[in-house]
Amino acid sequence: MPRRLAPIAAALAFAAALPAAAETLAITGARILTAGPAGTLEPGVVVIRDGKIVSVGRGAPPAGARVIDASGTVVTPGLFATGSLLGAVEISSLGDDTSVDNPQVGAAFDIREGLDPASTLIPVARTGGLTSAVVLPQPTGGGWDYHEDDGDVADDQLTSGGDGGPRPNTLFAGQGAVIRLNGGEDMVMRGGVGVVVAFGKAGARSAGGARGAQTAALKAVLADVRAYAANRGAWEKGSYRELGLSKADLEALVPLVQGRTPLIARVHRAADIRAVLKLAREEKLKLILEGAEEGWMTAAEIARAGVPVIINPITNRPESFEILGATLENAARLHAAGVTLAFTAPEGAAHRARETRYGAGTAVAWGLPWDAALAAVTINPARMFGVGDRTGSLEPGKDADLVIWSGDPFEPLSTPKAVYIRGQAQSLTTRQTELRDRYLDLGTPLPPAYKHR
Amino acid sequence: MLRSGVLAFGLAALALTACASTKGATPKAEAKAAAAKPLPAGLDPGARPNVFPSTYKPLPSADFAIVYARAYTGTGKALENATVIVRGGKIASVGEGLEVPQGLQVVDARGKWVTPGLIDTHSHLGVYASPSVAAHSDGNELTNPTTPQVWAEHSVWPQDPGFNTARIGGVTTVQVLPGSGNLIGGRGVTLRNVPSRTVQGMKFPGAPYTLKMACGENPKRVYGSRGRAPSTRMGNVAGYRAAWIEAAEYTRKWDDYRAKISRSEKAEPPRRDLGMDTLSAVLRGEILVQNHCYRADEMAIMIDIAKEFGYRITAFHHAVESYKIADILAANGICTATWAGWWGAKLEMYDSVEANVPLLQAAGACAIIKSDDPDLTQRLNQEAAVALAAGRAAGLKITEAEAMAWITANPAKALGILDQTGTLEVGKRADLVIWDRDPFSVYARTEKVFIDGALTWDRRDPRYQPRSDFDLGQPGEGVR
Repeated sequence: MPRRLAPIAAALAFAAALPAAAETLAITGARILTAGPAGTLEPGVVVIRDGKIVSVGRGAPPAGARVIDASGTVVTPGLFATGSLLGAVEISSLGDDTSVDNPQVGAAFDIREGLDPASTLIPVARTGGLTSAVVLPQPTGGGWDYHEDDGDVADDQLTSGGDGGPRPNTLFAGQGAVIRLNGGEDMVMRGGVGVVVAFGKAGARSAGGARGAQTAALKAVLADVRAYAANRGAWEKGSYRELGLSKADLEALVPLVQGRTPLIARVHRAADIRAVLKLAREEKLKLILEGAEEGWMTAAEIARAGVPVIINPITNRPESFEILGATLENAARLHAAGVTLAFTAPEGAAHRARETRYGAGTAVAWGLPWDAALAAVTINPARMFGVGDRTGSLEPGKDADLVIWSGDPFEPLSTPKAVYIRGQAQSLTTRQTELRDRYLDLGTPLPPAYKHR
Repeated sequence: MLRSGVLAFGLAALALTACASTKGATPKAEAKAAAAKPLPAGLDPGARPNVFPSTYKPLPSADFAIVYARAYTGTGKALENATVIVRGGKIASVGEGLEVPQGLQVVDARGKWVTPGLIDTHSHLGVYASPSVAAHSDGNELTNPTTPQVWAEHSVWPQDPGFNTARIGGVTTVQVLPGSGNLIGGRGVTLRNVPSRTVQGMKFPGAPYTLKMACGENPKRVYGSRGRAPSTRMGNVAGYRAAWIEAAEYTRKWDDYRAKISRSEKAEPPRRDLGMDTLSAVLRGEILVQNHCYRADEMAIMIDIAKEFGYRITAFHHAVESYKIADILAANGICTATWAGWWGAKLEMYDSVEANVPLLQAAGACAIIKSDDPDLTQRLNQEAAVALAAGRAAGLKITEAEAMAWITANPAKALGILDQTGTLEVGKRADLVIWDRDPFSVYARTEKVFIDGALTWDRRDPRYQPRSDFDLGQPGEGVR
């Protein structure tokens, strides 16, 4: 017997509820998981006006508000695709706008500049309940990690003697951005949210081959940046010693050495994580770890340093010699040690970004408390990347970025019935649903090409 | 001791083969066969078709009954208060509230779910083993676009830690395929997912061999980039047809030779060709074609090529556009083995829809969820749930019990082993998974995994938590 169907009509009914300017909208009857101080309200009322959340509480909706009866549903903040390529890729094999191999532009590469709000991946991501993404540059060369596809692309590379890509020309992969997934011109929420650096084997490659060389190279560069910041005038006049980076890169790294913007360290092996923690301590850098498959083995040290971590919660195989200790319990163990978590999704959380919620559910299955999993896909990444005052939880004054779900948001059998970004109901039609609907009935007299919106 | 044992076994196998070839023959035929000088060992493809025989033996087991479970049978049914009785490694009875004979060991599955062991029809476990290093890249013989002479089983590393993680995900049978860089990539092999020192110890007894073929971007990219054929899709098609022409000719030569020998005429035996042996077996219907093909229009071309040469395509793999030709696939009896959520890695993956599998099911075509990935294979149930939800969102009425067939009965059908596994039915191998909750939930984990009635994984008992040699002495020691 079919369970409760989530018919297309119902989804449309929600989507059609576009708020007029200055209209007050009240979502009632739902179980509301705020990921904020209000905790869980069952049932609760979320009141929205001018794209912002006005209130989250229990009582009656305000007089004059247009009421959306969401009884029997679950409301959460819109989810985050963290460590994502959304907006920077359309078809992976045709390339993307996430990596540079230019000695003049490393840290200065700012991913926000090249993002495409018209990407078809963005509406697809919304169907996974995602309303924001943290888009991060990818180090060239990739390190150990390669995309297996159907066992061919990578293999082709391997059999042709490749070592996983070109040797990067730069230690720094570039700067990330936070975007909202409304596909609009106002897509970029915040740029310059951190500078990505690959450590471990990939980092070693960027420094000439050995891990230890990267530490030395980074320390020298950071010293140069500090010198530049203190002697800009002399350097401009050419009366200062030569510095190891282009002017653009030196400028881009000033906020990093001043501890205003974080170093986003892509690092996997426990020993490499320790080395990065030490480097950040010595250089007084703000730090975010990404990858951290062996993070559980250094969980206490990461927690002590107060460093947040981005992980893919489903990584558990010894896919490389850098993650021999990978386990599905990584999330649970890091959390138990007091580490703040954010979750990414497979293959750069781009085409498969909508799997973010399944990863969160899998982490719960393997011991992570449910609320911690919700935080890892909402408020934690928002705070880690400097937009925690604007989104990531249901709190008065924040952007009305939220999702009405048919049930538990981590369950594949639950679906988003409506997605709001800044109070605007988003379309849940995608290129994929258009294709699906075109071919639902194969018996029409005219070819499918005649069926479209 | 061991070595002589193996030798003795080998001799016994030879003796058996020799017996089998003459048994039942008429005295007259026997005389003729005696007159014809047998070909030296290895030169007659028909003499010993099973060169790498399965040595699989089920792990130790005792008879038992699972009681008070809820079950998805794989046949489209859901059972409440289900009892599954296992005797001699086979399902002896299955039903709701059956009486359990006195003295039989009982597994109380109150609040839990039982399903058939999951079957992954598209795996590269062992041939692209973890860690993913060049030394483990053994799945694509990219030295020629047509390599029917290679067999995936000769690349399988039984110590791939991915076999163990797949089993924790409930996978009891896997088809390991060569990669898709070639037009004809070689033989695939169906394995029991048990820890074993040798690949022969994993081979599913009696399961037919399979042949990997590939359409589209991969072969033309691999060879086109080297300035040789194929570099286009039309080049791909010319390549398949040339191979099948050669196979037909090879088949004819051997048929002629055997006909002459049977008439006691003098005849020169054709030169044996390993690749042609495989293709010839496909033409005889003994090997099942598993065809990597994303686009609908290419699948339609492949169906016509199969008709031209008289072979069948058992399943299209990846096939993200199958929904566009669901009627054609249903009419031709071809399965689709695909994902729900994967798309966009290549242009030929651009038109993927999450509802592909449910749309095929609605059209009466055979639909399968597979992994092609050592991570996804651990959560085939989750991927099936994604497809199920997408089907419902498209307005289709599909039950969980029906969707269970996408990862059990239908893949068994596509591997030619549905008579042995893939459902909870009397007489089948007792390949069973006990889940701690409904397997269509993201929170579901396996509690116990049985293969041929033997406990191969138990979440609560470290004695039944195998680890690969590779994991020993390493960080974490393989606790995944």
